[in-house]
Amino acid sequence: MSVWDYIVNLIPNLAHNLRAAVAGGPDWLVFLVMGLAGVLALVAFVMLQVPPLTWVERRLVARAQVRMGPNRVGPFGLLQPIADALKLMTKEVIVPSSADGLLHLLGCALIFIPPFMIFAVVPFSMGGVFTDLNMGLVYVIAVGSLGAVIIFTAGFASANRYSMLGAARAVAQLLSYEVPATIALVTVALAAGTLSLSGIVMAQTVPYILYFPLALIIFFIGSLVEVNRSPADLAEAESEIIAGYHTEYGGFKWAVFQLAEYTHMVAASALIATVFLGGWKGPGLPPYLWLYAKMLAVILLYMWIRFTLPRIRVDQVMAFAWKFLLPLSLINVLVVGLEVALAPGLPVWLIGINIPFAAASIVVWAKVYRALEGPPRLMQRRELPGITVPLSAETPAGSVR
Amino acid sequence: MTLRTDPVTINFGPHHPSTHGVFQMRITADGEVITNLEPVMGYLHRGCEKLSEGRTYTQLVPLTDRLDYLSPMSNNVACVLAAEKLGEIPVPERAQYIRVIMAELQRLANHGAMTGFLLNDLGTFFTLFHYTMREREKILDLFEMTCGTRVTVSYMRPGGVLQDLPEEFMPRLRALLDELPQRLDEYEALITENEIVLARTKGVGVMPREMALAAGCSGPMLRGSGVKWDIRKNDPYGIYDRFQFDIPVGTNGDVYDRYWVRIQEMRQSVRILEQAYRDIPQGDVRTRLPLFFRLPTGEAYARIEAPKGELGFYLVSDGGIAPYRLHVRSPSFINLGVLRDLTVGYTVADAVITLGSVDIVLGEVDR
Repeated sequence: MSVWDYIVNLIPNLAHNLRAAVAGGPDWLVFLVMGLAGVLALVAFVMLQVPPLTWVERRLVARAQVRMGPNRVGPFGLLQPIADALKLMTKEVIVPSSADGLLHLLGCALIFIPPFMIFAVVPFSMGGVFTDLNMGLVYVIAVGSLGAVIIFTAGFASANRYSMLGAARAVAQLLSYEVPATIALVTVALAAGTLSLSGIVMAQTVPYILYFPLALIIFFIGSLVEVNRSPADLAEAESEIIAGYHTEYGGFKWAVFQLAEYTHMVAASALIATVFLGGWKGPGLPPYLWLYAKMLAVILLYMWIRFTLPRIRVDQVMAFAWKFLLPLSLINVLVVGLEVALAPGLPVWLIGINIPFAAASIVVWAKVYRALEGPPRLMQRRELPGITVPLSAETPAGSVR
Repeated sequence: MTLRTDPVTINFGPHHPSTHGVFQMRITADGEVITNLEPVMGYLHRGCEKLSEGRTYTQLVPLTDRLDYLSPMSNNVACVLAAEKLGEIPVPERAQYIRVIMAELQRLANHGAMTGFLLNDLGTFFTLFHYTMREREKILDLFEMTCGTRVTVSYMRPGGVLQDLPEEFMPRLRALLDELPQRLDEYEALITENEIVLARTKGVGVMPREMALAAGCSGPMLRGSGVKWDIRKNDPYGIYDRFQFDIPVGTNGDVYDRYWVRIQEMRQSVRILEQAYRDIPQGDVRTRLPLFFRLPTGEAYARIEAPKGELGFYLVSDGGIAPYRLHVRSPSFINLGVLRDLTVGYTVADAVITLGSVDIVLGEVDR
């Protein structure tokens, strides 16, 4: 076996070598060593890319905003994340006296778990997956929504009103984005005929972004809400509720939440890359590099959206998800189901149908939605009798010019 | 089963990213919906009006820089106008034009900053803010070139302006005027038709025309509600009656209209600046006055269309070298009076952008 072959199949080969090294030991030892090695590798993979990602985002946002960005610490400011981490580690951690100490600590400790759990089923190459669950898609959706529960824990335990508002918003978001995003993934499962992420990658001779653009758009919007990125960063809306659920977290606990936000983003991008962009498949380069390149593309898209768009309101997130995205995703499932039934094996000409269909269905449904909803942009002000005293409608004499 | 819920009181500010200074909104909210809002002011009270009683009329000008620190030039103009009105001090032609140029540049800088702040309140992570600040920097460069400072300009004097424009001012102004329309198009491309901006701002913080008039609102707040009222047109001061410009008015009186009116006003300011650039004569820029000049006993009220609304200086003189009493009618403060009626019934997120659309500067609210 040449060196290149070893590098291309790095992950299975390493696993094989490790297994060979401990092969003589008892079963539990092999299990333990293999498991720990896998967990360490995954954690290292995710955690080591987060500090450079913060640098990338800060440089990119600076570029978008005609300014310099970090450029003092190290060449091009590359050591800025390290300097930030050192500063945050040396800061005093303050827990409010009225906070629930245990939950307050658990909030920032548990926030990492859901994104790492997602990585357990993401294939990095042929056979290069921690556990190839045969119902991986269901598992991913289940653990993905745990994040909101932990955010609620953190916000609730802080005993701060801004935190509580942020926590409530996180739950409202969870209720809204989960359903359409899940139904969007159903189309992929229908087409691939499997729920295993490895199976979905294997089934993509052509990346599903071409076959199912509508599902990708719906799932991408859902993932924006799930990872708390702008325009749906309601749970930590800086201009409204200070920092939302992590208002009362300072020093390194705050850093943990920031890391977790990036980890969530990395996990969501890995999911999108795997399910819609063909995963590790690609010519030339080793498969894990292909997966990483696709993940980076999705992450850059997340960042670009963040610099550009304002934030939507929490009732708008819910209305948009339930009234707009959900019917759209149901239509999508219906059409894809018909396609799978009538044209088994996904012939390539389906691409020619599905891309115009995605564009047309969004445009038409948006128009129908507008017509059904009436004037879309005027918000109904909630009347609160007995509390407001309306100003006199009469104009004082002489004031009309 | 019904859950019993209590309204919750939230202190927005004085330390809050979106209160534009040390302003406090004591919000009573039912979930996210605001049931009551109590503005708390005075954290930045410095007693400018009282301080002015111990200063000569020329020394008043630096005090006014610190009122609305986003538009000090306009404050200077209003202050010296009051003194000139009472003392019937003539102002040379060139000084009048310089005042118009400075006031309109200041309006551009102020409206740009306000638009950037409003988009921050909407949550765009500072992108538009940095674009508008880029143009504001250029305007402040012009100020620095003229009078040596960028914010605390103290450029106006009773009877004219401090000194003539430097030679390189006019070419730099020309370059800025050529650039600004494109920049304004750039801002509008980012916001005016942005679906999320429309969804967030249309129909939010609606102020009917009657309420605007009854509450004494002025400036873009009033025009956003559809009242065509601009002191530059309706009660011209200085030489504003010589300039051609339109008064943009909104229709719904919501946050979006107040933003839109400001963007259109920036375009009109560019128009005025073009005319001033074309017509500015040569000549003296200041009527010479004694160091401690006295104004006749009496009172005068001078008002201008400051970027935020009607800025009035009410000056009472007892014949001395300092005012007997000075009152500032600050547009921020009076426009803020309707805040409660604009926000009750909307959500917390709406209150933030409604406050942003009022465009307050706490230096002026608290004085």
